[in-house]
Amino acid sequence: MSASMSRVDDQPLLVVSDLQVEFRTSDGVAKVLNGVSYHVDAGETMAVLGESGSGKSVTAQTIMGILDTPPAHVTGGSVRFHGEDLLTVSPERRREVRGSGIAMIFQDALSALNPVFTIGFQIAEQLRLRQGMTRREARRRTIELLDLVRIPHAARRVDEYPHEFSGGMRQRAMIAMSLALDPEVLIADEPTTALDVTVQAQIMDLLKEIQDERQMGLILITHDLGVVAEVADRIAVMYAGRIVEEADARSLYRRPAHPYTEALLDSIPRLDLKGQQLRTIRGTPPSLLNVPPGCPFHPRCPRAAEPCRTTLPTRVALGVGRASACHFAEEVVSRG
Amino acid sequence: MTEPTDAISSTTSRGAYAAATTEGRQRGLWSDAWRNLRRQPTFLISAGLILLVLVMAAFPQLFTSVDPTYGDLSRQRQLPSVDAWFGYDNQGADIYARVIYGTRASVVVGVLATAGTVLIGSTLGILAGYYGGWLDALMSRVADVFFGLPFVLGAIVILTTLNAPGSTPGPVRIVAQVVLSIALLSWPVAMRIMRAAVISAKQNDYVKAARALGASSRRIIFRHLLPNCLAPVLVYATIALGAFIGVEATLSFLGLGLRSPVVSWGVMISDARDYVRIAPHLLLFPAGFLTMTVLAFVMLGDAVREALDPKLR
Amino acid sequence: MAEPILSVRNLVKHFPLRVGVVFKRVVGHVRAVDGVSFDLHRGETLGVVGESGCGKSTLAQVLMRLEPPTSGAVTFEGRNIFDMRGAELRRLRRDIQIVLQDPYTSLNPRMTVGDIVGEPFEIHPEVAPKASRRQRVQELLDVVGLNPEHINRYPHQFSGGQRQRIGIARALALRPKVIICDEPVSALDVSIQAQVMNLLGELQTEFGLSYVFIAHDLSVVRHLSDRVAVMYLGKIAEIGTETSIYEHPTHPYTQALLSAVPVPDPELRGRREVIRLSGDVPSPVDPPSGCRFRTRCWKATDLCAEQEPPLTLRLDGSDADREHPSACHFAEPRPHVVA
Repeated sequence: MSASMSRVDDQPLLVVSDLQVEFRTSDGVAKVLNGVSYHVDAGETMAVLGESGSGKSVTAQTIMGILDTPPAHVTGGSVRFHGEDLLTVSPERRREVRGSGIAMIFQDALSALNPVFTIGFQIAEQLRLRQGMTRREARRRTIELLDLVRIPHAARRVDEYPHEFSGGMRQRAMIAMSLALDPEVLIADEPTTALDVTVQAQIMDLLKEIQDERQMGLILITHDLGVVAEVADRIAVMYAGRIVEEADARSLYRRPAHPYTEALLDSIPRLDLKGQQLRTIRGTPPSLLNVPPGCPFHPRCPRAAEPCRTTLPTRVALGVGRASACHFAEEVVSRG
Repeated sequence: MTEPTDAISSTTSRGAYAAATTEGRQRGLWSDAWRNLRRQPTFLISAGLILLVLVMAAFPQLFTSVDPTYGDLSRQRQLPSVDAWFGYDNQGADIYARVIYGTRASVVVGVLATAGTVLIGSTLGILAGYYGGWLDALMSRVADVFFGLPFVLGAIVILTTLNAPGSTPGPVRIVAQVVLSIALLSWPVAMRIMRAAVISAKQNDYVKAARALGASSRRIIFRHLLPNCLAPVLVYATIALGAFIGVEATLSFLGLGLRSPVVSWGVMISDARDYVRIAPHLLLFPAGFLTMTVLAFVMLGDAVREALDPKLR
Repeated sequence: MAEPILSVRNLVKHFPLRVGVVFKRVVGHVRAVDGVSFDLHRGETLGVVGESGCGKSTLAQVLMRLEPPTSGAVTFEGRNIFDMRGAELRRLRRDIQIVLQDPYTSLNPRMTVGDIVGEPFEIHPEVAPKASRRQRVQELLDVVGLNPEHINRYPHQFSGGQRQRIGIARALALRPKVIICDEPVSALDVSIQAQVMNLLGELQTEFGLSYVFIAHDLSVVRHLSDRVAVMYLGKIAEIGTETSIYEHPTHPYTQALLSAVPVPDPELRGRREVIRLSGDVPSPVDPPSGCRFRTRCWKATDLCAEQEPPLTLRLDGSDADREHPSACHFAEPRPHVVA
C-alpha cells in the first residue's frame, strides 16, 4: 500500500507490506511487528527511525531472512524484491538473493566478522563460492573492493585479521564485503552507532558516495535523528512494532505529523541550540508482551484523548508520501 | 533485542509489593529465595527425598531389622520375594538390608567429598579471581599440578601412603581418608569454575560502583561476587556428587576404600557387575537408590539456582 | 574566583602493556591519561568530551580513586586525594560519587532496589541510623522519580532509564558534593535521555552538586555543561566556557569534531561546512611526537612534530568569551563551525 504513494505503474525495487512477526517466548507471545509496510527505490535512502524494541532491526532481519526461528515467526505480509515475494520462495532462491540482491551491514563490525579468518579471506570466499571466481581473481577483486572503501594499503591489509583493524576500518571492510556481490539494496543497521563522530562522518560519506555511484537502494536503520537528517530521502518512524509516521525528510523535521515524532524532536539536545528546554517524553516504551490497548503511544502522549485509549489509529494519508497513524494527525501536522 | 521483562506493570505484583511495604519489611535476595523455594514443588520433592536418605543413613535400623552382613549361600542370588523385598546377593545376604545400611557410607562420602571440593575450590577460586596477579598465577599453577594427576592413581598413592599395607583402619577413618583424597584431587575443577565466574563478574560496573562507595573486599566478595558466581559451581556440585559416590566404589573395588563388613552402594554395584545378566536385581536396587539420590540433589541444585536468580523466579 | 572544589594537576595514568603467560614482560605503556589539569568549581558542570580512546573514562576512574595514578595530583577541598588513607578516604567516598554508563551492568542483578540504594548506608553506617535507612532509601527513590514502593523489586523489572535513576539514587545517597558522570545517558534510548538529563540538572540545583560530565556526545555535553574540556589521546586539546568552545573553538580538533556532528535539521543539509578528518585516532601506546593531533590535522607543519603545544591562552586582545586555553600552535577561530 505504501508502494502506491510514489509509484503507481512500475514496481519499486523492494516493497515490504503488512509484515507481521511475533516472538514466541516462555513469557508469552510478543507481537514484534504489526503490519509494517515500506518500500525503497533504486538510488534512494529510506531511513527507518526507532528506539530499541521498536522493531526496526527485526524488519531488516525479516527482509534478509536471517531471523532466528524460533522464537521469531513471520505470521503475515510479504517482502517483494523486483515483484518476487521472498517470504514464499525456496530457501535456495532466498540464499541467492541474499548478498547479490540485498546485502546488510551491522552495527558491530567486530562481531560480524569472523576473528579467525583474514579480512581478505572472508570477502574472497563469497566471490569464489557465489561468483565462481578463482582464488587469484577473487583476491584481485577483494583488493579492489577494499580500495573502493578507501582502506589504505589495501594490497597489504587484505591479509590482516579483523582485530588488527580499527573500528572505522572494520566498518569499511564490512561495507566492502557487503558490496562484493553488487547488491541492489543495502540495509545498514545502525552502521555508525558504535563509531566516533569524526569516523561516523567518514562512513556516512562513503555510503552516500557508493550509493550514488551504483544507484543502490539504501535502507538506513538508526535511532540517531542527526544522521537521518543528513542523508535520508524518506523516513519511516517506528514505535512498538508499527510505522507511526512516514514522510520525506524535510516535512518530517519541519512539521511532524505524529506526537511521538514531535516529542522525539523536542527531546534531543542540539549542538547548534544552547539552553533550549528539553521536553521529555514521560514513561518508557511499552513491553511488547503487554502493549497498551488503543494507540500504543497513548500512555506517553501529551495529546492523548478518549479514542486513543480504546481505538487503534489507522494510517491517515496527509498528501503525497506522507502518512501518520494518529487520530489527531491533521491537528498535529498543522500545529504551526 | 526486545526486552520482555522491561516495564512490567501488572496489577497483581503491584498489590503484592504494597502489601509487603505496609508490613514494613524490606526484603533481600536470600529471604526472597527462601520464600520462593518454599513454594516450589521441585524443591519440596527433592528436599523430602534427601531428608529420607539422610534418615536412612543415620538410623538404618528404623528401616530393617535384618543384619546386612549375614549371608547364607543357600539363598545365593535369589529373586525378590516377600521375605526379602529386593532378593539376595551373591553371598546370600539380604539386598534390601544392605542397600539401607549402604546408604550411610555412600551419602557421607558423596556429600562430604562434594562439600570439601566445593569449599576448597570456591574459596581458592574467589581469591584467585578477585585478587588476580601473582596470587592467581601461583594458585592456578598449583591447581594445574593437581589437575594433571590421574584421579585413581592419585587416590591410590594417597590411600596407600596413609595406610600401611596389611593394616585394617576403622570405617570412620577410611571414610575420612576417601573423602580427603577425593576433595584433594578434585578441587581444581571447582576452583577453575569459580575463578572464571568471578573474573567475569568482577568486570561488571556494579563492582566498580561498590568500590566507589568504599566497600571492603569482604563486602564485594560476599554481597556482590558470591551470589552472582554460585550458579555454575552449584551445577558442578550436583554432578560431582553422583560421580564421587561412584569413585568410592572404584576405590573399594581396588581394595583401598571401604571393606567388609562396611557396606556401601558403590561396593554393591561393583560386586554385582559379573552377574548383571543372570541376576540383574543385584545391580538394579543399589543403582536405583544411587540414581534417586543423585537426582534429588540435582533437582535441589536446580531449584536453589533458580531461586537465587531473580530473573528466573 | 572562589576556590575550586576539585583541582586536577598534571594527572598521568599509564597502563603497562604486558605479554607472556607466566612471566609477563612489559612491552610498552598505554598512555591513557597523559598530563591533564583542570579545576572544577562549586555548583558547576565541567563537560569532558572526546572520542573513544581519548582517556576520558580512565580519567573518571582515577578521579574516583578506583585506579592509582602514575603521577600527578587531584586536590579535593585543599587535600590531595591520593594522600588520603583510612577514615579520610572513607570521608572522600561520601563526597565524591560516580554515575556509570551502562544501566544493565551497574546494578547487581541479585540485589533488590532497596539493597542497592541502601548499600551506601551499610558501608557508611554513621550517615543514617539503621532504623531510618528504609525511609531514606524511599525518599531517594522519590527524589529520582521512582515509585518508593518498588523497594523490593529487582533491577531486571525496570527499564533502562529507570535503572539509570536507581544508579543516580545510589550515587546521591551519601549527599556527595561532586558527582562524576561517566557517559550517563549514552546507553539510553533517545526518548529517555532527556528525562535523565533533566533529572541531573534538577538534582544539581537542589543539592548544589558539582558535576564532571564525561560523554562522547557533544550535543549532550553542551546542553548540561558550564565549561567544557575537549580531550584527544590523553591530553586536553582545548578548555573553556561552553560558549567559547562551541561558538569560538580555536583548536583544529575541536573544530573538526563539532563540524562532524550531524544536526537534526534537513534544511541545513549540504549547507554546513564539514571538516573531514582522515584516518583514525592513533594508538595511545605510541602517540605521535609533538602535537598528538598532527597526523590528522590539516594545519600541521614541522613545528607540530617537534614541539608539543602547551595548553595556554592563545588569543590576545579579544573579548572574554573567545579567550580560553587551547593546545595548538596555530590556534585561531574559524567562522561558522556550528551551523
